[in-house]
Order: sequence, then structure tokens, then C-alpha cells
Amino acid sequence: METPTEEEWAQINKPNWRGLGLTDPVKSVEDKWLLLPAFLKTKGLVKQHIDSFNFFVNTDIKNIVKANNKVTSDIDPKFWLKYTDINIGFPDRNESGISQKRLTPNECRLRDITYSAPIVVTIQYTRGKNIIKRTANIGRMPIMLRSSKCYLTGRSEDELASMKECPLDPGGYFVVKGTEKVILVQEQLSKNRIIVETDTTKGIVQASCTSSTHGGLKSKTYVVTKKGKIYLRHNSCHEDIPIAIALKALGVQSDKEILLLTAGTTDSYKDAFATNLEEAAKLAVYTRQQALDYIGVRVKINRRVIGPRRPAWEEALEALSTIILAHVPVNGLDFRGKAIFVAMMTRRVLMAMDDEKMVDDRDYVGNKRLELAGQLLALLFEDLFKTYNTNLKSSIDKVLKKPSRTTEFDAHNTLLFNGDILTSGFVRAISTGNWSLKRFKMERAGVTHVLSRLSFISALGMMTRISSQFEKTRKVSGPRALQPSQWGMLCPSDTPEGEACGLVKNLALMTHITTDVEEEPIVRLAFMLGIEDISQATGAEIYGPNTFVVNVNGTIVGLTRHAPRFVAQFRRMRRASRVSEFVSVYTNHHHKAIHIASDGGRICRPMIIVDKGRPRVTAQHVALLRKGSMSFDDFLKKGLVEYLDVNEENDSYIALYEDSIVPLTTHLEIEPFTILGAVAGLIPYPHHNQSPRNTYQCAMGKQAIGAIGYNQFNRIDTLLYLSVYPQQPMVKTKTIELVGYDKLPAGQNATVAVMSYSGYDIEDALILNKASLDRGYGRCQVLRKNATLIRKYPNGTYDRLADAPKDEYTGQTQKKYDIVQLDGLAGVGERVDPGDVYVNKQSPTNANDNTFNGQAASVPFKNAPLTYKSPVAGNIDQILITDTENDQTLIKVLIRQTRRPELGDKFSSRHGQKGVCGLIVNQEDMPFNDQGIVPDTIMNPHGFPSRMTVGKMIELLAGKAGVLSGKLQYGTAFGGSKVEDMSRILIENGFSYSGKDMLTSGITGEPMEAYVYFGPIYYQKLKHMVMDKMHARARGPRATLTRQPTEGRSREGGLRLGEMERDCLIGYGATQLLLERLMISSDKFEVNACQECGLMGYNGWCSYCKSSKKVASLTIPYAAKLLFQELMAMNVVPRLVLDDA
Amino acid sequence: MAEGSGSLYDPRRHVRILSERVRDVSSVDYPGHFPGEDHSWDLAKFTENFHLEVQRLSQRSVEFDLVGVDASIANAFRRIMIAEVPTVAIESVYAWDNTSIIVDEVLSQRIGLIPIHVDPRRIDVKSEGDESTDRNTLVFNLDVRCSRNTKAKRGATADSELYINHEVLSSHLQWVPQGEQAEVFEADPPRATNPNIVLAKLRPGQAVKMELHAVRGVGKDHAKFSPVATASYRLLPLVVLNPDKPVPKESAEKFAACFAPGVIHVDKRSGKVRVEEKNLRKDTVSREVLRHPEFEGCVELKRIRDFFLFHVESESAYPPEDLLPEAIQILRGKIAAIRQATEALLDEDQTMDSQDAMQTD
Repeated sequence: METPTEEEWAQINKPNWRGLGLTDPVKSVEDKWLLLPAFLKTKGLVKQHIDSFNFFVNTDIKNIVKANNKVTSDIDPKFWLKYTDINIGFPDRNESGISQKRLTPNECRLRDITYSAPIVVTIQYTRGKNIIKRTANIGRMPIMLRSSKCYLTGRSEDELASMKECPLDPGGYFVVKGTEKVILVQEQLSKNRIIVETDTTKGIVQASCTSSTHGGLKSKTYVVTKKGKIYLRHNSCHEDIPIAIALKALGVQSDKEILLLTAGTTDSYKDAFATNLEEAAKLAVYTRQQALDYIGVRVKINRRVIGPRRPAWEEALEALSTIILAHVPVNGLDFRGKAIFVAMMTRRVLMAMDDEKMVDDRDYVGNKRLELAGQLLALLFEDLFKTYNTNLKSSIDKVLKKPSRTTEFDAHNTLLFNGDILTSGFVRAISTGNWSLKRFKMERAGVTHVLSRLSFISALGMMTRISSQFEKTRKVSGPRALQPSQWGMLCPSDTPEGEACGLVKNLALMTHITTDVEEEPIVRLAFMLGIEDISQATGAEIYGPNTFVVNVNGTIVGLTRHAPRFVAQFRRMRRASRVSEFVSVYTNHHHKAIHIASDGGRICRPMIIVDKGRPRVTAQHVALLRKGSMSFDDFLKKGLVEYLDVNEENDSYIALYEDSIVPLTTHLEIEPFTILGAVAGLIPYPHHNQSPRNTYQCAMGKQAIGAIGYNQFNRIDTLLYLSVYPQQPMVKTKTIELVGYDKLPAGQNATVAVMSYSGYDIEDALILNKASLDRGYGRCQVLRKNATLIRKYPNGTYDRLADAPKDEYTGQTQKKYDIVQLDGLAGVGERVDPGDVYVNKQSPTNANDNTFNGQAASVPFKNAPLTYKSPVAGNIDQILITDTENDQTLIKVLIRQTRRPELGDKFSSRHGQKGVCGLIVNQEDMPFNDQGIVPDTIMNPHGFPSRMTVGKMIELLAGKAGVLSGKLQYGTAFGGSKVEDMSRILIENGFSYSGKDMLTSGITGEPMEAYVYFGPIYYQKLKHMVMDKMHARARGPRATLTRQPTEGRSREGGLRLGEMERDCLIGYGATQLLLERLMISSDKFEVNACQECGLMGYNGWCSYCKSSKKVASLTIPYAAKLLFQELMAMNVVPRLVLDDA
Repeated sequence: MAEGSGSLYDPRRHVRILSERVRDVSSVDYPGHFPGEDHSWDLAKFTENFHLEVQRLSQRSVEFDLVGVDASIANAFRRIMIAEVPTVAIESVYAWDNTSIIVDEVLSQRIGLIPIHVDPRRIDVKSEGDESTDRNTLVFNLDVRCSRNTKAKRGATADSELYINHEVLSSHLQWVPQGEQAEVFEADPPRATNPNIVLAKLRPGQAVKMELHAVRGVGKDHAKFSPVATASYRLLPLVVLNPDKPVPKESAEKFAACFAPGVIHVDKRSGKVRVEEKNLRKDTVSREVLRHPEFEGCVELKRIRDFFLFHVESESAYPPEDLLPEAIQILRGKIAAIRQATEALLDEDQTMDSQDAMQTD
């Protein structure tokens, strides 16, 4: 390219826009990404769970109680009991006479108890003639960690440490019976919204709407086409109701009005709708009364109270007002709103019939709602509370029924002794994960999961997980596919492979999920902003030009003729904090509607507001933020940033970078790398990788062994993997710093040579340096919990711990009792060899005998020791002796193994490149570079071409530059350290720009003919280790029924020669081998077969023929003998006919 | 001298450095490689070529040139220094008390890696099944207890001020002489080479009490027995300018920047470049010069195949300069073993032959 002349330069430099020249750098808001840590500080990664729980515990629970606040008696009409308030306390020890009432989560984990707080209600009730006001404790509710009712909230690091809690732990889970349980986020289709779909094969268009009111029943209403005619369909009706009849029943009597409300003035819609009016006429339904009668006979009646039969039209009215489209309010008998809603559904069907593009996409994220712990608990609570009240009522009735009472009846006592419905209900639901609420027709299993504590990241990843309600078996790709609208909301990389692929998703870094916001003030505001009431409008007005229908949470409330102004004003109110920041407003131009949403479960994320081409956040704001004098909430309050939900986001014009702002731009992204989630955020340079590799890493990062929390040595988990020397990665990302992965890492920076070595590195195998392993590379600890209860039995006997038994004659103890001390427990720190006893427990022989004979002391005991079963020795790490909630002594023994990497252990880099260790090489045999650096790991270069993990190569380059310059480098997505800068650092330090070093072979001592890509890559050790998998068997246990070898490693089982292997042997003709494998080495059995009758005898005697004359002995599989006997048991006689007996 | 020949490429002596590969890595001076040339080993020729010179010596490391030997010999020294020169390291740990945050196995591993200052020549090898004696085992005690420093100033935050013994250091190892060891090691008592290695951190109330047994071993068994932190070599770089295509004057500085500082001398006035022969060893062979098209053909990069620049860092009782002689001793021992075995084999052959001869008779 030619260099421009002086004049050209002058031309280019001439100021032409806001005093800036073309070549001047656009002055951008630097470090606007600082908003992200500010956001995470106020919102946190699992804030959605905590917010949802807080909302339930502080607000929603009061509404539920308010809705069910009265208990009356059928016996005494004067009696009533009213709940005036409900409050959840802080978790405490549910034991009396204890000075330290405060309960910490870690104590609950260790003692296998529930982290729960009392539910305290304020009640008013009648006692005799008085009205009494008291408080009462009605049960206990499990408390979410770090919620507003948790002791950990707002504590400093020191305070958390004294409670043996990790400051980096995200919280958002429950501790129930000692296990950590997460209520996963559930994805659902949004409620109270119209969804239009077509079935192209059947030519059906349908608009559906799932109504859900608070505490009410859920029901789905359809407006469908059938043979070109439109019907209203609902579960409560036997058959579909012609739409015209439905509308007439809803009070729109005249055909003209029906036509106007549905088809409006559009001719094509009118033509399509006309037949429906004919249909009504054909059925002789002209008036509202006729329509109600028509519907009334078709409504399913489920009346519990037996009373006089109501006329059909009353049934119809009832159904129309309360069951069909229950969420649309009906005031008295004013059905206008509901009529317009049905008309609107019809119109949407007409629109879809006319233009097949006018359908909705149910996979669109804006049409989804996420259900969180709070909502699920609210449903559970409502159900349990109602059960509680019915029980309370019946027990009150029982008392009041008694004609003469000695004392005056006090309902407070009944309340206190009304069982633990709430406590046990919560515990049962959370610990089993079964939400079976008959009252709400809800039957869900697998709602809760045990929090995976494999690594810090696996726990974090679990907290952001979203599970879908779609069945996994269905072979549809729609719900599994990546949706464009999930940009920035859901992580595009983090999803499992296989059957749940695309159905289980993860939240992105900046995502927030809304909770319910009260609707009435919003409606009032809308009216104040000048919308017209919908019930006053005619069809001609509703569908008139420039008229937009205003919906609030799916219900139509009004009209406006100035849509842009209305939306702009509404937004201005929101930015001025006059309405909640989570209320969204957007225009749908296709439907000519403005939607205002304030319901819970919408996914949203913050964005910088752009005004007249300039972002509202300026460098000054960022400086204030950096100084700490401004928080994220201040940004929100000042209207610099705002939350956009998916629908509003898709109605905005969002610039990715500041330099791409155009006059129409409305918003600016805070940081592009926030489209990834917490787990995918660990990958350096993910934007250089082939996309599935990032997905693989997301799955593998959760299996990496590392540090799991600052309190990892104070925990006793069933199985815990810890790294001995975890390191933070050389190449970090901003996400890593934000989530704290640099403080709780899971991996080590290995010096990697990308070269072929010895042939033991094919198929992704890795070569490890023995000296590195000697020095501690890849070393890990496996801690396993073994627990036992020292029980007290109902017959007065009890388990006990005993010291090691001494031999009667020699006075010596057996070797397996070596480490058992006088208290019957192994000493902490002792080595446990396979077969050793570490808890010498003894149980009474008559433990299951429930008769009490008062001689508990003299009962003989039998040994029930805990023995160590692993093939490799371990050490006793900790022993905990405590008691559970029901006063059983609990002993937990933590046994630790320290493992160094061995052949076959699995490792992986952060780019979905896993491999097993193929060979361990002595240091002197390893290649070395000019500095004498020897690699820790050799990786085969064939791993690169097909995987296309360029990010891994750049990670090496950046890591090497970082090592040389003594700085950590960044591999943040869509940013990070540039390859060019990295190469420059390498050159400055005397290395080749390409990262390739000249190596010398450690074996021959000659230089290598090729340069080798050489530098640090962060490697993770995965939990799959050979030691836990190796298995072989020569002979061993057999199953009792079939006498065949047992199955599985845990039962020391055999290795099966399966059908396909059998087929091979048959094909080859290796009969003797077959015989040996399938019978002799398995379950051979000598039977005596009688040649007379063909039945089996025994001891050379046929008990059928009563003779031993023709009894022959032969060998068959025991399974065959079993089959014969089972056949005989069902009256089929198999006879053995022998050729040459 | 091999340096500064300035001659053009000699595949018999030079390893050629190209931008994407290395050529002529193997030596060719052995009999039968070139027709009509005799390359059989010759002491006179070897002594003429052989050269060993120490370039730099410090307490912990040595740099020396080894010239005129084959790569296999140089590599053998390197390998022996890493893997076969014996040292003493702690092999068995008897833990009486360990309430530190670091568990027994890991603390033991860390203790094992402490380089111990004791002359391994004075210790016998303890083979499997041998009893521990004062000839083959050194005993150390590690007894550290952390307590609060009552004299700490108010408001102090540093661990070293607040606590006494907040770290278990390698200097806490206490040698316990056994039998005649007190006399044998009187002059130079065994201790950790580096007294500042942190083994564990303690807090008040925590204590470590252990008995440690050190034995003699070699690096191929475990890295803790390796006497060196690194023992490696590189070949002497050679930069040869092409007289037919001089470096363009305007990019002379850029040319010089492609090498380590001092390797290329740029004449300020004429802009001519020349290789500073004495600084050639400073070059890192970054091949940067081969990346720029303007220098194509101006320069050739080479390394001299039999000129080894050794760098050895001792991390043991050996002074760095003793490591090579020690390695040579071990190599000679191996050669002696092979010679013995070969001679025994030859003897056997001869007796066999004679037996055969007798039988045929």
C-alpha cells in the first residue's frame, strides 16, 4: 500500500464529528467491564436462588397465609382462629436447655441434621367469650444458605471462618439431614400468555393459553381450527364449543360485534371467520341465554356438595367465570374482559390462518419462565399449610364435639400438638425430590439434587443449572437447539452431551431471574400514562390503525394510540425507579400490542443505556465505581444501566462494542464474554476453539480434582477428591477471577512439549515425567466417609464399642485390630491396611426382638465391626462422634488415601482434550531445551488437527509469555492477551516467536530435527483413576440363585463373555472354549437324569420312576437346571433325552 | 579453537538451524561413514580436539565447556549427574505428632525433598532388607511447636511477630548422631543445604514431632536423590554472515535486535554488521532473524555439534565443580563393569572354543 501524501493525511485528520477526526481513537468507556464484578457483588452468581427464596420467605408466604387465614369449626359456630401474621425465624437448635441456640450449616452437615428455622405464626382465636392473640410455632422450614434467614449472610470472612464456612461458597442450597440439596431451576412455558401454533400436516391452527392464578388451579384453554371452523376447547367441556357461541355466552351477542372483535376490519379475516357465525346460526344459538344453555349441557360437573341441580346456564356461567381462562378477571357478571381475551385469541388464530408466519415459537426464550426454589417451596408450603389447617380443624372439632369439658377449650394447645406436618413435609420433599401436591395436580420427581462437591466448579455449575420439563425421550430437535434469543442469558457452551443435550442448560454470567412484582400499581401507572380502558372499546377501535393493545402480564388492560410515546414514558418511569427495575415493556408490532411484564421467572440481564448515540455510563462513573463510591444499584437508580428481559432485549438495538453505536442504538453490552456461563468462563481463548470442545470442557471441568472450599478439611463428605498442590492457571480469564476459581483452582500448570514420544502417546495418551510426579505433580487425596450409628433398641439394649479382643491363650490381639484403641475406634493418623477394623462395634444379638425383658446388661453381643475394604491402604483422617436429632450416637470416620498419578489416570487440559497417562518417563530420558527445562507432560501433536483447539495453542503461548514476563496472562473470551503481544514477549526473552523451542533428546543427546511447541498449559486431573477401576478375578463369589459368578467390581464379579463374544466363538467353531467359558468356568452342575422318564433325580436315584436303573450323570449349567425346575413349577415338563448315556 | 572459524557450512561439524527444522543433528565422524576416510578413534587426535574449560563457577552452579566429544558422551554425563550420582535424602518418616494442616503423607513427601548436606561417600547404600546401622542411616529429629508470641507488639499482623515457630523450616531438622557418626561427621555435621525451605505452616497449639531416617540413593529411584536442580547442555551457536549478501544498512539495528544483545556488532558509522565472536555463546538461537524476509540469505545459523556448553546447578552436598568428576567416576565404574563382563564373556568363549576343540578331537 502506498503511503498517503501529506494532504491526504490532513484530510483524514480533519475534525468531522464532534470535534474528532477519523483517525482519532474513539474515546470509549474503558473498563466498563468493572460493572460486572459490581453486579456480581450485589447479585452474586446464585442470586436468583437466594432472591427467589427471600421473596418466598418474606413476602409470598404472608400472601399464602393471608389467603388461608381462617380456621372455623363445624361444631361450634362461635369458634374461629385466624392467622394474622407469619414469620420465619433464624435457624436454631431444636433442643431445649441449650445456651448456644444458633445453628451453623457446617454443624448440620456434620451431624446429619437439617438447617431449619422455626415458622412462627401470630394467631387470634376465641377462647370462650374472649379473643386471644398469641404466637405459636407451627413447624420448621429448611433455610437456604446465604438467604436473608441464614446466619451466613453478610458475614465477613473472619466470621465465616469461625463458623467453618467457606467465603467463596455460593450458597443457594439447603442442608437437609446433613446432605446439601439444590432445587434446580425448572424451565417452563410462560403462563397466561397466548401461544399460537400450527400443525402443518393436519392443517390445524391453535392458540393456547395456560391460566395460572395465585394459588388457583392451572388450566389450559385452546382456540383451535377444525375443518376451517374455530372452536373453543377446554378440559372442562365434553366437546369443542363453536367460537361464536362461546363469545355469545360471554356477552357479545350481536354477530356484527363478534365479527368486529375477532376479524376487525380486515377483509381476509372476515371471510375466514364468517363460517363460524353461520355455525352458531345453524345450531340455533342466537342469544346469550341460548349460548349459555348450549355450553351448560357440555360442561363437566364435579360437584362435591350434594344439593339441588342447578340449571345448565348457571353451570356455564360458573365455568366461564372461574375455570375457563381463570386468570382474566371477571367482576361480578362483567365478562367483557374475558370476551375480548377470547376474541383476541381468535384473532391470533385468524392471523395465523391467513399468514403462516404469524405463529409463536415455543422455544423462544421470551416465552419461557424459570421456576425457582422459592416458587416450588411456596407451592409446597401452601399445600402443607392447607393440610395442616384441615388437620387442625378436625382435631379442634374432635375436642369441641365432647359435650362436657373440664377446662375451657384453648386452641393454642391443639395448635402446638398438631404434629409436624410442615417440618416433615419440607424435609421429605427436599430430601427425596418428590413434589407430589395433589391439591395442585403436581407430581414431580427429581426436583432436588445432591450438590456435587467434586470440585468448586461442579458445585457452582450445579447452582446455575436449568432443567427442562420436556421428556428426554422425545426426538425433537427444537427444544434442544441453540436459540438465538438465549444470547447473553443462557450459556451456549455448557450443556451435557447425550440424552439431556440442550435440555439441561446453564445461566450465563450476568443473568438474573425476576421474582413477582405487584401488578396493580403498574396497571394504575399505565392508565395514568393515558391508555384507555379495554372494556369500553369496540372491535373497530381495538383494531384501528395506530392503535396498540396494552397487556399487563398477558391480560389485556387497555388501548393506546400513541404506542412509542407510551413505551418511552413507561421506560422513563422505570429508569427513574418509579416502577421496579424488573418490569419490562416492549412493543410487538406484528400483534400491534404493548406488553408489560412483571411476573416472576423471566430471564433478564443488565445493559448500559445508550442515549443519542452515547452510552450513559461514562468514564467518570467507572472511576467512581472503581473508587467504591458507587455501586451497581446506584447505576440502576441513576438510570445508567437497566435490566432487559428477553422480550424487551429483542425489541432493542444493542451495540456489542462502543464503536459500533449508531444513531438508532438503544443499549450497549456491558461485556461480550458474559454470554458464557461460569463453567465455560474458565476456558481460555474459547472463541478460538471448535465449539464442541468448549462443551466437552464444560463437562470435564466438573470432574477436575482441586480445592473445593476453604473449609474442605472441616467437612466429612461421602467422597471428596482434593488436589495436594492446586495452582491457579497461568492464563486466567476475567470469569476465573470473578467466580474465585483462582482461589479454589483445580489443576496445575504443566510444562508441555507437543511432540511424539515413544508410541505410548497414541490416541491422546500423555507421557508424564517421573521426577515431576516425585515432586508432587498431579498428587491428590481421596477422602471417603464411613459412618455408623450406635443404636439404642426398643428392647432396652444398645450397640457398644469395644476394645480389640485378646486371644484367650496368648493374650495377643489379631493383626486386624492393630489400630483399634481402647475406645474401640482407630487412632487418628493411623494407617489402615486392607481388612483392618477401624470401628469395633458390637450389637446385641437380640436387637430385633422387641420384647422388653429388663436385662439389657446381660445380653450377649455379636461383632459388627467396620472393616476397611479398599485394596490400597489409607489413613484415618478424622473421627467424629456426635448425636443426631433423635439421640442416636453417630460415628463418622474419614479415611484418606494419597495418590500419585499412575499409568491410566485421566488428565485433561481446559479445551476438551482429555487423555490418559500412557507412560511415566524418567527425567533423564525426557527431552530438554537450551535452558535445561524438562517437560512435565508430553502431548501428541495428533491431538490438534482434528480437534481444532487453537485456544489451547494460544494458551501455551500466553502461558509461556506469562512465565517469562512474570505476569499472569488473560485468555478471556473475545478479548484477552493478544498473540502478537505474546510473541513479542517471547522474542524479547530470546525465544522463538512461534513458541517452538529447539529440544535435545534426553536419550541420544542429539538435537531434535524439529522444533517443538513447548510451554505451560493448565492441566486438570480428572476423578477417573485406575485405582478405582482396576478389576480382575480368577475365582470368587457366586450368585446364590444361579450359581454364576457375580456381576460388577464392587462384588468382585467376573468379566462377562457376552452374546456377541459368544457369537464370535460359535462362528469360529471353538466349541471347547465355549463349553469352558459358558459352563465349566461358570456354573457347571452335575445332575442325574433318568433315561426312563427324562426327569432329574438325585444321588443316582430317580424319584419319579422309583429306580436307579437308567439314571445317568451329566454336567449342565446350573442355570439350565434351574430353568427346568422353574418350568416344572409351572406345569411344563422338560425331559432330558440323552443320545449316548 | 572451534570458535570464530567464519567458514561456511560444514556438515561434519555443524548442526544447521533452518527456520522450520534442524538438519545434520547426528555426528558422522565414525569409521565407515565416508568412503576412504579413516575415522577410527585416535588418542592423539582426541587430545588435540578435546577441551574442557570452566566458564563460571558459583557456590551453587557451574558452567563449563566440553569440546571434542560425541553427543553420547556428553549426554551420558548429563544423565548420570541427574540420575545416578548418589545423595542422601530422607526416606522414612516416623510421625509421633502432626497436628499441622498438612497431612502426614504430604508432609513426609515434602520432607523427603529437602536436600541434605552430607557427603554421600561416607554413607553406605542401604539395600532392601538391610538393618539400619550407623553406617547406612542418618537420623534427624523434627520437633516444632507453635505458640503465641506474648511479647508481640499490639496491632501486629505479621505471622512472624504474632507467633513463635509459625513455620516448620528445613532448618528445624536436628541431626541425632548414631554410634560412630558423631566422630565421623564431626567436622561437617549433616544438615539441610538450604535452611529456609518452608515445610508446613503452624498456628498456636499445633506441633510437628517426627523422627526422620535418611539413606543414600540415586535420582533414578526418586527425584529427591538427584543431586542437581538442573544439569543440561546446549550446543555453541554460530552465526555466519554471507559475504555476498550484506545486511542492508537501514535495517542493521533490526538485524542486531534479532540476536541476543552483544552478539552482533553494528558499526555506527558504516552501518556494517559483524559477529562478535566472543559473545556468540550468549545467543539464544531464537531464529528471529529467519523470520524477516529482508535478511533472507544474509545469514546462516548453526551450532557446533561437539561443543557443549554445560550448565549444572547443584542442590546437594556436592560443590558444583565436583559433580562432573563424580559422574565420570560412575561412568568409569560402568565401563569397568562392562569390560569385566566382556572379558568374562571372551574367556568363556575361549574355554568353550577349547572345549569344542577338545570334543571334536
